[in-house]
Amino acid sequence: MSTPISYFLVLSSILFAIGSVGVLTRKNALIIFMSVELQLNAVNLTLVAFSRMHNSLNGQVLAFFSMVVAAAEVVVGLAIIVSLFRSRHSASVDDASLMKL
Amino acid sequence: MQADLILFWVFAPISVASAIAMLVMRNAVHSALFLIVNFFCLALFYLILGATFLFAVQIIVYAGAIMVLFLFVIMLLGVDGREDLRERRLIAQRPVAIALGVAFVLEVTFAIRASIGFSALAPAGFDKVNEGGNAQALAKVLFSKYFFPFEVTSILLIIAAIAAMILAQRKSHAVTQAEMEAHNAAIEPVAPEPVA
Repeated sequence: MSTPISYFLVLSSILFAIGSVGVLTRKNALIIFMSVELQLNAVNLTLVAFSRMHNSLNGQVLAFFSMVVAAAEVVVGLAIIVSLFRSRHSASVDDASLMKL
Repeated sequence: MQADLILFWVFAPISVASAIAMLVMRNAVHSALFLIVNFFCLALFYLILGATFLFAVQIIVYAGAIMVLFLFVIMLLGVDGREDLRERRLIAQRPVAIALGVAFVLEVTFAIRASIGFSALAPAGFDKVNEGGNAQALAKVLFSKYFFPFEVTSILLIIAAIAAMILAQRKSHAVTQAEMEAHNAAIEPVAPEPVA
């Protein structure tokens, strides 16, 4: 492999930054959630790159676990968004200013 | 220049561009489609890094299952609710967010430069780690060293499934006697007026 590991790390930091900008600026709860997924994926790329750098599979196992947790998180998060939409008829986070459904 | 470096330089701009496109699209469906492109690029990076099992899992779980779930919810909520990107309630929210993002990238870049350097190649000998195939080697680690966390994830998935069912069901409350009488009174047929 002739690609330096640092390229992957910089790329994943760029993707993570784009995801955080999305979380900070967008109003639609679904887009915010997609940005969170992008952040999770950027960190997964870091884990896999470090696993390659240290010649060990522990990073890949950790990335695998984080995918499982992301799947569970998506299920619960989307259910929360659906129930918020039902009570407020809007997916905007500005309308969901109360910690109450 | 070797094949993996060419692959990286082809797909890294695509992944960054699709992430930015996901961010600026007004329609949620377009955002989801660009995110799928980004996930496919990440799957290719896993392949370059020798994680073939995660390459398959990324495509099946992320680009497949999770994004289908996203699109399903977008369709359920209706795609007509377009967000006006110009509407701003906080002062300078967008410039501050972008500045923070750029600062984060610069910080990580300097940290990498100070620690491992930009030209550090991956050490040889990853084939030995992946002996007998990546999936087999990963299974050996997963079912020995990480067996307990692996079992705990099954509990997590069950809890998530139950939580989703509880959150998504409609609230139904027990009907009281007074409500029943009010309902019956409301649907009581009105006596026909006597014909004059």
